[in-house]
Amino acid sequence: MIEMHEVTKAFGPKQVLNGINLTIKKGQSLVVIGGSGSGKSVTLKCILGIVHPDSGSIKVDGQEVTGLSARERKKVLSKFGMLFQSAALFDSLPVWQNVAFGLIQGKGMKKAEAKEIAIEKLRRVGLTPDVGDLSPAELSGGMQKRVGLARAIATEPEIIFFDEPTTGLDPIMADVINDLIVECVTDLGATTLSITHDMASARKIADRITMIYEGRMIWEGDKKEIDVSGNDYVDQFIHGRAHGPIQMQLLKP
Amino acid sequence: MEVRVNNPLAIIGRIFLSSLAEVGRLSQFASIALIHIFRPPIYWRLALQQMWLIGYNSLPVVGLTALFTGAALAQQIFVGGSRFNAESVVPGVVVIAIVRELGPVLGGLMVAGRVSSAMAAELGTMRVTEQIDALTTLSTDPINYLIVPRLIAAVITLPFLVLVANVIGVLGGFMIGTERLGLNAGTYLQVTADFLERADVVSSLVKAAVFGFIIALMGSYHGYNSRGGAQGVGKATTNAVVSAFIMILLANLIITVIVFGNQL
Ligand SMILES: Nc1ncnc2c1ncn2[C@@H]1O[C@H](COP(=O)(O)OP(=O)(O)OP(=O)(O)O)[C@@H](O)[C@H]1O
Ligand SMILES: [Mg+2]
Repeated sequence: MIEMHEVTKAFGPKQVLNGINLTIKKGQSLVVIGGSGSGKSVTLKCILGIVHPDSGSIKVDGQEVTGLSARERKKVLSKFGMLFQSAALFDSLPVWQNVAFGLIQGKGMKKAEAKEIAIEKLRRVGLTPDVGDLSPAELSGGMQKRVGLARAIATEPEIIFFDEPTTGLDPIMADVINDLIVECVTDLGATTLSITHDMASARKIADRITMIYEGRMIWEGDKKEIDVSGNDYVDQFIHGRAHGPIQMQLLKP
Repeated sequence: MEVRVNNPLAIIGRIFLSSLAEVGRLSQFASIALIHIFRPPIYWRLALQQMWLIGYNSLPVVGLTALFTGAALAQQIFVGGSRFNAESVVPGVVVIAIVRELGPVLGGLMVAGRVSSAMAAELGTMRVTEQIDALTTLSTDPINYLIVPRLIAAVITLPFLVLVANVIGVLGGFMIGTERLGLNAGTYLQVTADFLERADVVSSLVKAAVFGFIIALMGSYHGYNSRGGAQGVGKATTNAVVSAFIMILLANLIITVIVFGNQL
């Protein structure tokens, strides 16, 4: 269970989050949609404590996580898995050690055992075992993204964040990844928060969808309601129209 | 609109304040790192790996620096000493100068050039590609995982490197002294041994350990806090080397004054 209340964040003069309110119930899959640069990734990073919000409250399972000490934060973060938009793989380690990192360093698992699990997770994201011995720099962008995904789910965390999981993947592989994310929720009972621009993916993995615009959540509802939201911003976004209220904002001097 | 004051005093004031803030941030970083040395886990395997990178790979450059410097020093002292018919001071002055000052300082500077920059570049890249953020999401404290092994490795390795530099430096003097300047080999070694005191060696190794700490600290600090893509990493690398150089020279002066300041 994650609750954000009136979270704000500015980088220098630039106000990025203008009071984010958001609730994800346990075992629920929330998808955040919104334009590029609207503050989606920053919102995730605020929950993880990578970015410190200026004000507002963030609770994870009822516990306030803003302003935690490093040690307490570590305890909270052990519940989380995170796929970074940039994948953020450790380039000094081979692929399988990237995937096994949380198992070996976080959970103290033996290397041999962790490697088996890592290979299995790689298989789940459509990568063969021989990829495990390559270095991340030798992979294509889409392959790196999938390794990042395997790393995020390797420890079977309770809460998983996916920052644009299907960006850079072909349509078939994107659907494989969508299925995998759905499985994480249905089979493992994970709570997930995903960011995506891919509406097909959003419709497949979401229980609920929320749209962020100018650092605020301007709409939230069940995924069934997205086509009848009655919100011009949402309509423009999901149909990908160049003209609409969002365009008007862009044209303002 | 804000009026920019270009009063020279205001500029000096601004520079002073911003360097004060920088010193504050650096001290804070150093104390956090030191606290984490006593807070497990310690990644010894990573520390060993760093010791190899710092120590073994620096041996050639440190050895050559010491060899050439020791030889040049012997030649100069011979020329200077011969004006007073005091050529026999060569071995004594060479060993004191090398062990007390040149071995640790030149060794420290050479290693700083290699290692502080490499650390800053590696950690800076990890920072801007979000690898350091990724570490925290995998229940791993980046200070424990990245900074502590580097500090431990540098503090342990530098004394060994400086010991090697001292021996090779003296050897350089010995080679020039016996081969070119016609000094007697047995006497040369005898005088060297007579001049060298335990305090010289101890101070040399203490300096080395302190320089090792500075090298790893500056590389880590600038890399860990770098931002702004490739350009930011480049800046971090330069800053790491420059600040390591200055801090090594300053620390050397302080230690020298403390240890030798009261001797006659
Ligand atoms: N570390 C930072 N320093 C300064 N500004 C930042 C930083 N991180 C994000 N921003 C700014 O915050 C805004 C939102 O960034 P964010 O990464 O959340 O966008 P996003 O919604 O994820 O976009 P995209 O869909 O393109 O990934 C951007 O305008 C960006 O310039
Ligand atoms: Mg983003």
